[in-house]
Parts: sequence; C-alpha cells; structure tokens
Amino acid sequence: MAKSIDYDVLSSSKNKELETNEKWGLAEESEYFANKVKLYRQDKLNADEFRRFRLQNGAYGSRLNSEFSMIRIKVPGGDITPTQLEKIASLSESFSIGSAHVSTRQNIQLHWVQLEDVSEVFRGLAEVGLTSREACGNTIRNVMCSHFAGVCPNEPFDATPYAKAIARFFLRNPICQNLPRKFKFNFSCCPEHGYVRIADVGLVPTIRDGVKGFRVYLGGGLGAASFIAHLLEEFTPESRLLSTSIATIRLYDRLGNRENLARNRMRYLVSEIGWEKFQGLLLKERILVEATISIPTRKSYDGFLNTGDLNNTSISSTSTKSKIKLPVINSNSADTPYTRWLNTNVVAQKQSGYYSVYITLGAGDITSSQLRILAECIREFSLEKKARNTPQQNFLVRYIKADQLPKVFQKLSGNGLGNPGANTIVSTVGCSGTTSCNLAITNSHRLAKEIQSKFLELNIDLDKDFVDSTIKISGCPNSCGQHEVATIGFYGGATRIGTSMVPIYTMLFAGSTGENGELGKAIMRVPAKKVMDVVLKIFEHFKKERKGDEKLNEWIYKISNGNGAGEIKNVDDMKKLLLPIIELPAFSAAPDFYKDYGTDSNFVAKTARGECAA
Amino acid sequence: MCCLNKPINRKKNDIKVVNKRVKAKPPSTPSLNLVCDIDTLRTLIKKNKVRVVDVRKRDEYLKGHIKTAVSLPLAELLSNDDPESIIKILNNLGISDDTLVVIYDDTFGALASRVAWSFKFIGHRNVALLEVTYDNWKKLGLEIERKSNKYSKVSHSVDIDYSIFADAEYIENAQNDKNKIIIDSRERLNFLTEHIPNSKNIPYTMLRSENSILRNPSELKRFMENRGIDLNNEIITYCGSVGTLSGLAFFALKTAGISNVKLYPKSFKEWKSLGKPKTEFKDATYWDLSAE
Repeated sequence: MAKSIDYDVLSSSKNKELETNEKWGLAEESEYFANKVKLYRQDKLNADEFRRFRLQNGAYGSRLNSEFSMIRIKVPGGDITPTQLEKIASLSESFSIGSAHVSTRQNIQLHWVQLEDVSEVFRGLAEVGLTSREACGNTIRNVMCSHFAGVCPNEPFDATPYAKAIARFFLRNPICQNLPRKFKFNFSCCPEHGYVRIADVGLVPTIRDGVKGFRVYLGGGLGAASFIAHLLEEFTPESRLLSTSIATIRLYDRLGNRENLARNRMRYLVSEIGWEKFQGLLLKERILVEATISIPTRKSYDGFLNTGDLNNTSISSTSTKSKIKLPVINSNSADTPYTRWLNTNVVAQKQSGYYSVYITLGAGDITSSQLRILAECIREFSLEKKARNTPQQNFLVRYIKADQLPKVFQKLSGNGLGNPGANTIVSTVGCSGTTSCNLAITNSHRLAKEIQSKFLELNIDLDKDFVDSTIKISGCPNSCGQHEVATIGFYGGATRIGTSMVPIYTMLFAGSTGENGELGKAIMRVPAKKVMDVVLKIFEHFKKERKGDEKLNEWIYKISNGNGAGEIKNVDDMKKLLLPIIELPAFSAAPDFYKDYGTDSNFVAKTARGECAA
Repeated sequence: MCCLNKPINRKKNDIKVVNKRVKAKPPSTPSLNLVCDIDTLRTLIKKNKVRVVDVRKRDEYLKGHIKTAVSLPLAELLSNDDPESIIKILNNLGISDDTLVVIYDDTFGALASRVAWSFKFIGHRNVALLEVTYDNWKKLGLEIERKSNKYSKVSHSVDIDYSIFADAEYIENAQNDKNKIIIDSRERLNFLTEHIPNSKNIPYTMLRSENSILRNPSELKRFMENRGIDLNNEIITYCGSVGTLSGLAFFALKTAGISNVKLYPKSFKEWKSLGKPKTEFKDATYWDLSAE
C-alpha cells in the first residue's frame, strides 16, 4: 500500500508559522458525530433528537435536501491563520464544493457536504484548532469582534482578547447548551465600527479613570421583528464583563420564551417585560452571580483572557493620535487598477507605517485555490501572520508595510482577489439565499454578486460619493444578509402578478451600524429583476439632488427622515419616481422578468422548516 | 469510439474468451500493491524489473519522463478500447503476463487509473498506480530522462475479467439491489444537477491526500464506514464520460478493502445518450455559490 508519508518538499504549508491561534476544536467530537450519524441512519435515533445534536455541532441542513449539510465554521473574532485557511481549502475540495463562504457573522461556511462526511470535516477542523461546535442551535453563536480591533485608530484598547475569552468560556459550557434560542455577542473596537446595537450583547470598549471597560448594549437583533439594543449602564469595568455576561445568559435562560418559536430571542423578552424591568432584574442577577461565582470558574476565565492576551501579537510601534486618512501612494493616475484598489481597499492602522488590506469577495465566496493564495499572502506580507474576516463578507489582512502594498496587490489581483470597492457600496452583502438555505425565498446571493459586478463595470468604486454606503441583501425576512443596517437593504419574498409568481424584494432605506446604528425603513417592493434598475435610478436622482459633497448614505438618511432639500423631499417622493421603473412587462412578452436569478425555471416560493432554532 | 460492448456480446456467444481466471498459474515475480510507493518503484527500476507506463500526452513524455518509462497517451488507449487492441498495446510496450506495470500521469492519478483498469480488464494482474503524479516526482528531484524507450515485442494472453466491468444494463439491474451500490465520482455540484437514480456521490476529490493520489487505506476505509458501505457490498463506479474519475474511485475502493468493485467505463455520457432516467435536483441554485 502507498505509505502516507508527508514529503516536506511538496508541502508549502508545513511548519511555516507558529500556531498563533487558540485550539477550539476537539478531535473526539468528530468520532462522536460519526457514530450519531450511523445510529440515525439505522433508525436508532429519532429525527428530532438527531437534528438537535447535529445543529449543536454546527451542521445545518441544506435546502430541501436532508442528505446534505452546511458546516458553519466558527471563527471567533474573525481571527484566522494561514494554516487554518489552507485546511478549509482542502476540506472544501474534498467534501464540499471547492469553495467556502464568509458569512456576515464572521463564520466560514462549507456547503453541500454529505451528512456522512461531516465528521471528516470536523476531524480536519480540529487538526488546525477550529470548530463548528455551537455555531448553530440554541447556543452562543460565534463571538464577533471588529476586524479593526487592535489596529483601529479610534479604539481605547484591543477588545480581541476579551471576545476570545468570552467565546472560550461559553463554548461547551453547560450554562448555555439549551437556551430558549440562539444568542449572539458582538464586540466592537470603537463607536463607529462593529454591530453592537443588533446583537443580544454588544460591547464597545471604553476607558474611565484609567480603568478598561465596556459600554454594554443588550437585547438588540435583526429578524422578522428587529430591535436596537439598550445601554445597560454608563460603564461596565472589564472585571465585571464575565459576571454581566453570565447574568444575562442566566436571566434569558430562565425567562426567555420557550413556547413560541417566532418570539424566543432575548430581544422579545426585553421588549415584552420592558427595558427598565429587564435592566433591574439583570443588575440584581449580576450581584447574585458575583456573590456566588466559584474561584475555579473565575480563574478559568482569567486564564482564557491571559492566553488571548499572549497570543495576540502586540506589535510595538508608535501609535498616531489623530484619525488618519488614507495615504496616497504613487498615485499618478486615479484609475489604474492599483490606485483604484489602494483608494478603497487599504486602510491606515493606528500603528504608523502599517496598513490593513481588504480582500473583496463576491457575496463572501472564495475558492480553495484563492484561499491558498490568501494564506500565502498573509505569510509573506502580514507582520501578525493572521487575517480577520469581516461582516461585510470580506477578509482583512493587517500589519502590512507601505512598500509591500504593490506586491500584495500584484499577488491578489493575479488570482481574482484584487477587486476594488471594499469600503464603498460596491462591496455588496448577500446571504446564501436559495443556493443552500431552507428558509430562503429568493436568490439573494446571486443578486448581490450581480450588483457588485455591475458596479465594478460602471467604476462606481472610483466615485467618492459612494464611500461608506452599503447594499445588503437577504433572501427572506430573517436578516442573515443584515438588510436592516444597510444604506439600501433588500429582503426577498414572493408575490403574484397576474397569474404568475414573481420573486420580489422589499427595499429599505437608511439603516446603519456602529454604536449609533439605526434600523432601515421599508420603502417599497421591487421585483428581483428590477432591483438593479431601481438602484441605478436612485443613484441618478442622488447625483442630481444632493447638496455639496453629501455622500449617498447621508442623502438617503435625509430623504428617509423627510428632510430632502430638492425635488425629492421624502420617501413618498422617491417612491413616485421609482414606481414606473418597477412595472413588469406582460409575462408572455418578457418571461425572464418573472424568474429569479440563477434559474431558467418559473419562480415558485419553496421553503422548508428553518434550521436556525432547534 | 471505443468498443467495450463487443466483449459482452462475445462473452455470450464465444466460449473461448470467457471469464475464467486461471488460478493455477502462480506469478513468477512478486505482485504489486494497487498503489506503488516511490521507493518500491525506484528499486524496481534499478533492478530492471518493471514496465513504467506514462499516460500523459506524447509531447509531455518527450519533454521528460520517469526513467525507463514507455509512452501510452490515454487518448490512444481510449480510441482502441477493445480487448484485441489493448492486447496489441501491451505487446508493443513489451508487457507480458508476468511483467510488473506501474502507471503514472500528471492529473492526480485519474488517467493512470483508467489505463490500469483496462489492463486489469483484459487480464493483466500485476498493475499498480504510482502514488505521486509526474509533477511531484519531478519536484522531489527523482530520476527522469528524455530518451524514448522501446522494448521488444511480447505476446500477452487474453483473460478478460468481467467481474470489474459494468454496462448500462448492469447498472439498471443494480439500481434496486440493496447489496449493490452505485457511486458517482464527479464533483458535488455536477452530481446535484443530475445523476443516475439511486446513486451516491463520492467525488474523486475526496480520495486524494495532499501528496498522494490516494489517501492511505485506513482513511479510505473509515470514509466508507462513515458512508455505511460494507466491505462485502458490490460497488459500481461511474463518472462523466470515459471512466477516468471513476477509475480512480475504482482503485480507491479497492484500496479501502472492498473486493467487488466494478467500473462503468462509458459512464454518464452513455447513460444520458441512451435516454435512461436521471435524478435532477432543481430546488436550489447551488451553482451560484461557486466563486469562479
């Protein structure tokens, strides 16, 4: 038989870097999963019990086909090493579809994996320290942290070690294995970045009287009904982060709705009993937790925090104080591919002389070979030898020196990873939609990619007016595409026009992220194949109407609040102008308008039981 | 193009060429494993005890090949895929009944597998796949040469092994047989789009490791166990058109310890052209997940 020798000469990845990331995965969980699948296949485990187990371990059923799973790999804080990326690349080639998908919650998803092969993917993930455990199900999902944490010019301190310690503390912790529903943490770096108002627990780092701490926001979240989170107290010192978190989870576990699937997230509890009451209960609960927390529990958390601190490459360099603007490097002409990329994908860090580089993906998709290129790129150019994935479904490679930027671009662009537009409206977000999700009604994923390519073709990335604006698309009202925090958001649905079913999107205006984030407002419904026209029409009006150097997101915000200064004063004015565009020709004349993207078949709204809750 | 149906007819009518394995003839040389490791091949080359077959395109062969190798481009075999022609090929390459044969390619072993399967089919026993591709052989700095090798003609006997062969009719009968498992070796998205009803998907990409055309036997065995495949099951593999990817699967399953494996060399291309039923999955737009 062939010996399984690892020829070092042939392995580009071997021993190239120290293992800088924590170990989250456990090899034995792979075997355990394989056995459960066998029992299930032999009818020795009932379907509901198995489903709950499967989700707890991060394998989500694929769209209308229970033979296959989506594996959601947790990437705590979005922090990932080249070795981990390479492992994901080869696991995808072996067991999935040869590409991976970056989610809006810093997970990396592998689609269409045969249920019986899931354990093999788990085994591979554990080899590089990754896990998908508690990435689905009624548990604490991937703990997010701003991809700028540690390099953001406006952050008081790096929140990453705290995010990771919290993730570590609650992973496999009995306290959160069977919550009423999923539970999400989100750490930001500064008031501007991060998604703190739309999480169950959102945390903004802050320093008071020399003490590190957080502004803790509770009870936010997007979905069929969305809520903006409430501020618990002016300042929560870091020493109370653990007790505050435990208290919140205990309270939710005890009082959360376990009956009504549609109303069992913590935000409904907060809304039902009222914020003041919830806040009061929580502060009391925290006192109780602090009075009774055991020393070993406390110590294990402190241990995680210290490991996180040590693992976090603190690269000493002088921090600049003021907010830095993008440098213009060798910018001879404005629109060479390199300068286009430089202007929208490169961000100056607080560490002077270092830059962070965005890798813009199409709705989060990246092939196995591109993952390997990305890994090489990180090893070659990043001083911290790691990367972060972002809620905008991109990657951020940090700690790159200015003189390396041309080489980085060359390497990336030669492999389809050098698209510009990361910090503009070009970088469109799209959930997986009908490509793999049971709940999806429309192909939001493809629509997002179509919009991105159209924008690139139109050179929208060159236009400064579109910086900081976003388009985010979900395939159903459940908000995985985070459409409610987009400048222009869309969520999929179905409607009947004449005798035909049509894929249709509800368009929302003026959502935003950050500590002052607001939810978007529904404006009107737009047939899928008319979304592009509508967006371009909005741009046209914006160019005509905006005042001075007002940017798109600022103008949209004004309109949605009825403060427009020109012909379009408010949402109704906007609707009137857009209505003629969304009209569909007769089905017989143009059947394509009645179909969704990515299919030749007539549209039918097919969904199955959601897998989010179990 | 190829004439694999011919032997089937002959099997029925011509008693002389039947599926009768002559067990009495003990091999005069040690037999090879299904996958030959680098050390073993190098030793055999040094001792001049092996026929190495390069199945890449002819011009690739001319640019350089493993020492002592002969050239047999896959296309040449596929265009002469009836037993008589295969025997002629063996004779011309100087491969007699007892010659040890090791085959390699530059495409993760799939082309080599298809050729090796054909050799097995007409009754050559001692055939193995090289564990690495030519590209990796070269990267490892192992012996290569440019001169074209030719060996004196021999006469190989014919002993067709129908136990490793399946055609469309056979597949049809196997579809509802619980002990027979039909395996589609194409990639996942092709499988989801359409496949032979009741077949299971084991993409060829599952079978290789980082540096070897096939994973080690224990790993492959575990994969089959996970899939609920018993070593005693009969397995029939197929792929898109000519049986290369499924040829690799054939050797992988053998390596995993499954004794009864068959290849449907004409694969899904023929199945479709015959208008046979297929299973399609149109409820999801999975092709849009591809990042290409």
